Amino acid sequence: MSINRRTFITTSAVAAATLAAPMVRAAGTPNVVVVGGGAGGATAARYIAKDSKGAINVTLIEPTRRYYTCFFSNLYLGGFKEMEELGHGYGGMAAGGVNVVHDWAVGVDRDAKTVSLAGGGSLPYDKLILSPGIDFVDGAVEGWDLSAQNAMPHAYKAGSQSELLRAQLESMPQGGTFAMVAPPNPYRCPPGPYERVSMVAHFLKQNNPTAKIIVADPKAKFSKMALFQEGWANHYSGMVDWIGDDFGGGNVSVDPGAMTLTIDGEVTNVDVCNVIPAMKAGRIADMAGVTEGNWAPVNAADMSTKADADIYVLGDASSQGDMPKSGFSANSQAKVCANAVRGALTGSRVFPAKFSNTCWSLIATGDGVKVGATYEATPEKIAKVDGFISQTGESADVRQATYLESEGWYTGITTDMMG
Amino acid sequence: MFRGFLFSLSVAAVMSPITVAADPIGDAAAGEKIYNQCKRCHQVGQGAEHRIGPHLNGIFGRPAAGYEDFRYSKALTRAGTSGLEWHADTLDVFLENPRALASGTRMSFRGLKDPQDRANVIAFLRIYSDDPANIPEADPTATVPDHDLDPAILALVGDAEYGEYLSGECTTCHQATGGDDGIPSIVLWREEDFVLAMHAYKNKQRAHPVMQMVAGRLGDEEIAALAAYFANIEE
Repeated sequence: MSINRRTFITTSAVAAATLAAPMVRAAGTPNVVVVGGGAGGATAARYIAKDSKGAINVTLIEPTRRYYTCFFSNLYLGGFKEMEELGHGYGGMAAGGVNVVHDWAVGVDRDAKTVSLAGGGSLPYDKLILSPGIDFVDGAVEGWDLSAQNAMPHAYKAGSQSELLRAQLESMPQGGTFAMVAPPNPYRCPPGPYERVSMVAHFLKQNNPTAKIIVADPKAKFSKMALFQEGWANHYSGMVDWIGDDFGGGNVSVDPGAMTLTIDGEVTNVDVCNVIPAMKAGRIADMAGVTEGNWAPVNAADMSTKADADIYVLGDASSQGDMPKSGFSANSQAKVCANAVRGALTGSRVFPAKFSNTCWSLIATGDGVKVGATYEATPEKIAKVDGFISQTGESADVRQATYLESEGWYTGITTDMMG
Repeated sequence: MFRGFLFSLSVAAVMSPITVAADPIGDAAAGEKIYNQCKRCHQVGQGAEHRIGPHLNGIFGRPAAGYEDFRYSKALTRAGTSGLEWHADTLDVFLENPRALASGTRMSFRGLKDPQDRANVIAFLRIYSDDPANIPEADPTATVPDHDLDPAILALVGDAEYGEYLSGECTTCHQATGGDDGIPSIVLWREEDFVLAMHAYKNKQRAHPVMQMVAGRLGDEEIAALAAYFANIEE
């Protein structure tokens, strides 16, 4: 990789020296730039580097040195995982031939085909893969903006926000109130807010058994609803008050200074308030000009954007059809994209797109549930083929096996992503 | 422990075969029941062959990773090269937690926590080893599983490059490195075992809902491709 870096430095020096000269590309070897080192981007970068065996230069731009998975971060809140267990470094990717650049991508020049970096300089690309995850929609919850995220954390990007929410949970007064403002569709990890409610309830049952949980939800129903409601009744009877759209759950405002939550005009004092606002594609997708509304529409066959055939968007940020926004989905889409990108740049075989997803959730100790589906590419969208979901009333053995399976999956996907 | 074991055996052999059953290392009949957990992968007894794991005839005194015609993990090969041999004491450690002895082993087994269970299964395995001597050949305890899969499906030659692409759907959960934590390893299986297992999911004979769904939409050629890829995957 040192050769690649040297080539790049020489290239940028030449470009800087000859004003207005077009970007000179490293002769022969095509460049793929991947923005975002999560489930989509890390997988795509690693697979292209691994499978092209040096025939493609792959650069990953990721600002953080250590990636904390959003999946399983609810288990951290519940006390089932340590934060450090959720952290993964990029050393394996670098060893696998990916040029890892720890910087922010701050612009895309689609005509020159370059990505500019916050630290200065730019990177040329033949194919650009954006996997930036989510950002929050401004003004989505009245009274809340990013400046309020310390008083009312979202904890929907894992790391310091998760630790903050956990600390607030620990210091809640006995018999206090934990509130959640749930997001409208579509959003990252459909069962995520409800697994979080379960994990918070698990923590409170042990440490603060008279505490209450209020959920204000703009939706009338949610992912795995019957399974979660059964679990809440079984494990946390009387603790969880879910207020759906039918009862004004969508008509909310918050006051982070006064620590109040107003649902349909009724003001409640709360001790902890987890605000999960409406979401949109991570900002670089917008800057690249490949979004329509909140998300980036893509072609199902290869995840290329409708706006630009040389720019691909993976995972949460994409609008692709039937797949939920999940780490599993992003990982699955990344492999289809990697196969297509490699084929386009080197002429290697391109196989038909196949996608799949499974989402596991933990409700209580040893009580795991799952939902999943397989998908295919149609001209219009990624379309569901077949699916399954855990059943209510399953035996404790089945639920325990499902939980153990989710732990196996965690090791599997993080190894698959990071090498 | 190993010396003590040898000593008690030689005494037993001299005195009477009946005392073998009362040997302090364990109860072979009870061990046979425990062996049910092993036999999906390991055959033992007359006509036993390598399957997902190597056969276990004559395991006593054999070096770890000792068969040239079985593809072991690097970890177990290293252990064998370093002098690990299978005796009652080393088998006991391995069976308690395979990964404790060889961290990269592909043996997808959580281990037997109860020392008596381990002693019993070791006593059972001992029946099929020449060492110690004077152990009569016994009936086979594990056989090739019956199946009614069309021989034409089993005869398909898989396209390993296509299998490598398709494997992306597997490796989100099953580690390509062969590790297993809650989800079994699927690497370096015999192609026939892999094909039979996937068709058993496809035909809903095996019970797992995720695997039924994943296998359900794979064609015969695709299953053959995956089998070809995973059977020869580089570690």
